[in-house]
Amino acid sequence: MTTLQSNILENHTPTGREEAWRFTPLKRLGGMHDGTATPAERNSLAVKGALPTGATFAHQEIIAVTQTDDAIVNRIREFTTKGAVLTIAANAEISEPIFLNRTSFGTDTAEFSRVLIKAGNHSKSVVVLENTGDTHLAEDLEIVVEPGAHLTLIALQEWGSKTIHAARHHAIVDRDATFKSIVVTVGGDLVRLLPTVDFISPGASCDLSGVYFATAGQFFEHRMFVDHKVPNAKSRVNYKGALAGDKAHTVWIGDVFIRAAAEGTDTYELNRNLLLSDGARADSVPNLEIETGEIVGAGHASTTGRFDDEQLFYLMSRGINMDDARRLVVRGFFNEIVSEIGIAEIQERIMARIDDELAKAGK
Amino acid sequence: MSTLEIRGLKVSVETEQGAVEILKGVDLTIKSGETHAIMGPNGSGKSTLAYSIAGHPKYTITSGTVTLDGADVLEMTVDERAKAGLFLAMQYPVEVPGVSVSNFLRTAATALRGEAPKLREWVGEVRAAMESLKMDPSFAQRNVNEGFSGGEKKRHEIMQLELLKPKFAILDETDSGLDVDALRIVSEGVVRAKDASQCGVLLITHYTRILRYIKPDFVHVFANGRIVEEGGPELADKLEANGYAEYVTA
Ligand SMILES: Nc1ncnc2c1ncn2[C@@H]1O[C@H](COP(=O)(O)OP(=O)(O)OP(=O)(O)O)[C@@H](O)[C@H]1O
Ligand SMILES: [Mg+2]
Repeated sequence: MTTLQSNILENHTPTGREEAWRFTPLKRLGGMHDGTATPAERNSLAVKGALPTGATFAHQEIIAVTQTDDAIVNRIREFTTKGAVLTIAANAEISEPIFLNRTSFGTDTAEFSRVLIKAGNHSKSVVVLENTGDTHLAEDLEIVVEPGAHLTLIALQEWGSKTIHAARHHAIVDRDATFKSIVVTVGGDLVRLLPTVDFISPGASCDLSGVYFATAGQFFEHRMFVDHKVPNAKSRVNYKGALAGDKAHTVWIGDVFIRAAAEGTDTYELNRNLLLSDGARADSVPNLEIETGEIVGAGHASTTGRFDDEQLFYLMSRGINMDDARRLVVRGFFNEIVSEIGIAEIQERIMARIDDELAKAGK
Repeated sequence: MSTLEIRGLKVSVETEQGAVEILKGVDLTIKSGETHAIMGPNGSGKSTLAYSIAGHPKYTITSGTVTLDGADVLEMTVDERAKAGLFLAMQYPVEVPGVSVSNFLRTAATALRGEAPKLREWVGEVRAAMESLKMDPSFAQRNVNEGFSGGEKKRHEIMQLELLKPKFAILDETDSGLDVDALRIVSEGVVRAKDASQCGVLLITHYTRILRYIKPDFVHVFANGRIVEEGGPELADKLEANGYAEYVTA
């Protein structure tokens, strides 16, 4: 069960030798993993704008719905029993997105944040989680998608350059429910995000996609784990990243575990990286572990490449200058996922940020 | 009246065994309104000539000159060549994932015209160009060349020719892979573009069938990296009947 263990973390201070921590520069975690951080009594997560009918939001006592050996999550749970809870009522079909955002308080203290999002039976909703500014954030986000529910979670890391953010986004997906997640990480000094999914009933599905863009010195890690332990569940993973500048470093780990009971599983995971300069490093490790042959399909692909000269030549031969051609190609690369967000204003903002990151990286 | 002048052009490509010379001294002068056809066997260097004029980074110019109304084309970047008035319809147009045809065309038109075309007029212009090439309007929303059939890619190239209005158009085997109807539609597009702007055309082809629509003023036989014979339209018929044997062995 090596795959499984790679995401079940030892409940002690990580040393860096553990599979789950081997890529993460522990020294840059602001002490959130080893007890030396100074957690502040606050949970800054709030509703932005009006909350649509069918949704409720409160800061309250919180009970964890899953266990984990993740060192940071356990420190968060030791520190506080309170959290932010967003509940979508059963059968509510909410067409407009629900916006949640955080206030960043600088980097002297760390915010240890617990969050629960509960999508009731047969509800349908889109939740946008906006993160901006400079802060230290340890985040324990649990997501419960009840039978027949459709939940889309758009988690935006548009951090400033000093932020340290370590998070576990764990979804429990029930019978015939669909969980769709879009992660965008385009800012921060260090971001380590664990989007994990647990299928607990047949007919469940998840679609995990993400984009990241790391420039000089930034470290962004996205470590998925999809646990197929029931029959007939479907998972799709598609992450795309770009890197530019010295010591830009990204890590993508895609662990998918198909247990013996998970007959009829259909899974595919994909990670593509665009290396825009020398001195940047993209680690990409898809990892599929299969205990039953009775499946619909299981596959993965991972590529890391540079600008395609033919594409740039084609665009430039139509009068488009080098910078604009590069911008078009990079936007095009990310478009497949960014366009899935479905909120024009956010899509444009993310694309503009990507343009900025590219410009910052220079040639 | 513009002139594109190629003098003594020698071009090589880098291979694992070192540089290999592909073009061995090409001389060719094209004036506005003229149509020149280049015909020659596979591998003789026709695409190399086209790409070298357009500035593809793969090719190294070892000697010779290319000038457009006296301006040194070889000194220009690829986009500067397009801005100077050169257009290459490629033998194998490139797919650009995630970039819509509509965004691509507008970005190109903005770059070439120096300002963004007025939206309303532009939409009409694109619609008319697509209609005349019998391209479904849905192509505007598709990604550049992605999943296009061979023939659709060629129509898309000629649609760009009509919209971007260059001084000189180099068409590299635009007729290859077209069915009879598409050949007519695409050829009519080229003729329209030519009539509208009096551009010069350099048409690379293996077949005389396209020359029935786009009448060449001059035909050049290309073999082994250079022009080996020149003549009028009658030369094309002779080539189609006899092939290139006499030039290749010569
Ligand atoms: N990178 C390369 N390495 C080695 N040879 C190359 C390279 N690129 C081009 N060539 C050679 O250059 C020659 C000319 O190629 P080019 O594509 O210009 O021919 P062409 O006349 O357009 O042929 P076709 O009619 O098949 O389109 C060919 O022999 C080709 O193999
Ligand atoms: Mg060719």
